[in-house]
Amino acid sequence: MIIIGSGPAGLTAAIYSARANLAPLVIEGEPSSTSDQPGGQLMLTTEVENFPGFPEGIMGPDLMMRCREQAARFGAEFLTEKVTSVDFSERPFKVSVRNAEYTTDAVIVSTGAQSLMLGLEAESRLLGHGLSTCATCDGFFFRGQEIAVVGGGDSALEEAGFLTKFASKVILIVRRDELRASKIMQQRAFNNPKIEMRWNTVVDDLVGTDKLEGAVVRNVVTGEVTTLAVTGLFVAIGHRPNTDLFKGVLAMEDNGYLITKSGSSYTDIEGVFACGDVQDHTYRQAVTAAGSGCMAAIDTERWLEAVAHASHA
Amino acid sequence: MADGIVTLTTSTFDEMVASSDKPIIVDFWAEWCGPCKMIAPILGEIAVEQPGITVAKLNVDENPDIAMRFNVMSIPTLLVFNHGEVQKRLVGAKGKGQLLQELDEFLPTSR
Repeated sequence: MIIIGSGPAGLTAAIYSARANLAPLVIEGEPSSTSDQPGGQLMLTTEVENFPGFPEGIMGPDLMMRCREQAARFGAEFLTEKVTSVDFSERPFKVSVRNAEYTTDAVIVSTGAQSLMLGLEAESRLLGHGLSTCATCDGFFFRGQEIAVVGGGDSALEEAGFLTKFASKVILIVRRDELRASKIMQQRAFNNPKIEMRWNTVVDDLVGTDKLEGAVVRNVVTGEVTTLAVTGLFVAIGHRPNTDLFKGVLAMEDNGYLITKSGSSYTDIEGVFACGDVQDHTYRQAVTAAGSGCMAAIDTERWLEAVAHASHA
Repeated sequence: MADGIVTLTTSTFDEMVASSDKPIIVDFWAEWCGPCKMIAPILGEIAVEQPGITVAKLNVDENPDIAMRFNVMSIPTLLVFNHGEVQKRLVGAKGKGQLLQELDEFLPTSR
């Protein structure tokens, strides 16, 4: 069997299926500085405080490295490549990477979701030059500077809080007049003297040729346009599922999330299972992803047994 | 240089980069950077497989002055030096295939 993706869902599925002697091959993805990479979104986070069993918290990358070791201990194999195409039209299924094709009886899809960008032309020019997708990686470079975070959810507030360790001021650019984030994260942000809220505000453009010098923002209520003189801008405005590979192959919702049969990890193709954020836009937690990864491994194991049984009968 | 990667510091950087007779790739990294950890083993492999180049790393946390001098504002950043001059700047983690493609012009014995 093959597991595509290696965040909390894919690695939990790998631990369970390796322990069930299913010898999973985990095609874990390729390194990148977006959240679409081996280990998933947690590779770009700092302290994870809500994963059970770690009362002191644990760093996101450390948690994922541990999950990977745990899966490897029971015999899961890893391939550090990105899947380029899948063929689920007949069995055995085919899963291809750049220079190779694998066949398999069952597939678990756990490709997760990745952070959305602003969609501005200036983004590609300034990425890595003040515009960042990874607060943990790049916060260090903005010591004593004024920077901004775009977004109003938990990840935006986590980044903003983390960045106040370095920056002199962090402006939080929020599209609405309230935050989506959880109460505890909101409380921390409101109590942090270095965080300043800009409500009803969107980013229209970025200033700077080879280095970020400012962000042009617009108040969506008054229409007023101003330029914030920030040297750093971190974007945390939400996610989209990594399902481009499965367009026209697996049933998905209009927003691209895979559809699973309620209370299970079954997709609309028998033998293909889905778990984690790729099929969940409601909870999107490391622990729910891990839980659904376990479900997918058990569903796969039972399904393979049933198929083997049927062919022997 | 346990894995074939040379560790540079503020005190060794200039000398090493200026005196290298082959292209030298410097990986600007830090302990707290997840994507940096993901590319470290790939750079280790490249160091072993590509004798035509030197692979080095510089910890930005311990050597912030060098990072600042080369305007590194995001890690991982890879800078390729030849005869002491920056020839190429790669920002962000990449897979091995893509990395080798980007470095192709500096790999004399390339595949």
